[in-house]
Amino acid sequence: MRAVGATWEGLVRGIELLVRLDPGVLEVVWLTLRVCGQSTFFSVLVGVPLGAFLAFRRFLGRGLVISVVNTLMGIPPTVAGLWVSFLLWRSGPLGRLELIYTPTAIVIAQVVIAVPLVTGLSMAAFQQLPPKLPAQVLALGASPAQLFWTLLKEARLGLLAAVIAGFGGVVSEVGASMMVGGNILHHTRVLTTAIVMEVGRGNFAMAWALSFILLGLTFTVTAVLTVLQQGRRRYGGWP
Amino acid sequence: MGVGLRAERIKVIKGRVQVLAVDELEIASGEIWGIIGPNGAGKSTLLHVLSLLERPDEGTVYFDGRPVNWRRREIMELRRQLAVVFQEPLLLNTTVYQNVALGLRFRGIKGPEAGRRVQKWLEILGIAHLALRKPWELSGGEARRVSLARALVLEPQVLLLDEPFVALDTPTRAALLVELRRLLKGRGITALFVTHDFMELPLLADRVAVLCDGRIVETGRPRDIPWSSWGPYRGQTGEESPYPWPWPGVWTRDEGAK
Ligand SMILES: Nc1ncnc2c1ncn2[C@@H]1O[C@H](COP(=O)(O)OP(=O)(O)OP(=O)(O)O)[C@@H](O)[C@H]1O
Ligand SMILES: [Mg+2]
Repeated sequence: MRAVGATWEGLVRGIELLVRLDPGVLEVVWLTLRVCGQSTFFSVLVGVPLGAFLAFRRFLGRGLVISVVNTLMGIPPTVAGLWVSFLLWRSGPLGRLELIYTPTAIVIAQVVIAVPLVTGLSMAAFQQLPPKLPAQVLALGASPAQLFWTLLKEARLGLLAAVIAGFGGVVSEVGASMMVGGNILHHTRVLTTAIVMEVGRGNFAMAWALSFILLGLTFTVTAVLTVLQQGRRRYGGWP
Repeated sequence: MGVGLRAERIKVIKGRVQVLAVDELEIASGEIWGIIGPNGAGKSTLLHVLSLLERPDEGTVYFDGRPVNWRRREIMELRRQLAVVFQEPLLLNTTVYQNVALGLRFRGIKGPEAGRRVQKWLEILGIAHLALRKPWELSGGEARRVSLARALVLEPQVLLLDEPFVALDTPTRAALLVELRRLLKGRGITALFVTHDFMELPLLADRVAVLCDGRIVETGRPRDIPWSSWGPYRGQTGEESPYPWPWPGVWTRDEGAK
């Protein structure tokens, strides 16, 4: 009974917090969006070209690289967080940049989480294209950049799935944000770390409220990407 | 005026098997060559090599008299002087209009100039009413016409066609053959087409090469290539074979076109 009560209360609180534009919550929501947006952006920037490279180029050790990418697709965020914090700690190799416990540190850790996801799924998206397509596009006079752009558009369904997976991966993780960000108020507190903290403090209603906000946020961003993905596709349908 | 193509000591190896070994093939500027031969003879492979899409394992391709060096930048410039119709054309997931305009866009031709050219070729090929359709909304022959339009709209120096008319109905095919020859000759475009149809040879080609097992086994004028150049009826004349050859009327067409 208590759990149901907390859920309901949380839902009401969540809507209330948003409607009232509670500054504390808005700050956390905004930071979450900013950090996850940036990490998704950089993961796509790295992962899509890498995926194309793995899909179209044959080189020694390609199978090994693909296996590594596929393994890292399931990397636990805590592990990524641990690696990145080793790098960024004051005494670590990149310690002089003083990035640990900053939003940038979270972005870096999240990129480590999302790049394999985006790379692996982009590679699959490109490999789904007809094998003879690149030659036919080149025959139309495409430069290498024009070829890449054309293949990108052809594979857009799969590529947007990769982007959605990448965003989903970073918006839902808590281990890495906690480890390299530290859940510092007004500085590195994001929705997932805030939820963990509220639960730890026994503020279940607040935790529920934040969880609904996080779900709403994820739904909105994913819905926009889905419209982009499915938008102009207009097949006759299943016969 | 079109440019000449020349292939010298070309060898292509696929999966450890040598699928093409052409010692010499010279296509003079403005000439139209037909390539005929059994399935798997290497016709498409030869066409890929000559359209500079597949680098041969050995040998040299001369484009307009100069050896092709296969460096990325230069090869793109050369490719932009030619157009290819593939055996299995793949249209992109966009409208017919955009598909036909794509090669022009790659060359930086946009706006009204592109629109005018695309419209012209859509009309010539009788597909102007399909301009806004998507590839999966086309019949096989309509899709084939789109693939012809997207090559011809480029108004290239060299045109390479791999069984371009297979899915077309016979009257349209005949009309297009005559129209295409008139067009190629009018502009002096160099062309090479692969076909399985001996009837197409005298209608379109100046010269014919027969390819068997990756080698050119015969070259000549279209009328000199008998239907029974290979296969079980090899060496037999038209009267003995189940396939009447020569077809009456075909010779006169050839001579008329000259
Ligand atoms: N990727 C490949 N790996 C191995 N062998 C190949 C490959 N592609 C083509 N071949 C072989 O190369 C040979 C020549 O193929 P090609 O497509 O040039 O034949 P073709 O003359 O165009 O035949 P068709 O009349 O059926 O179109 C065939 O025996 C084919 O099996
Ligand atoms: Mg072929």
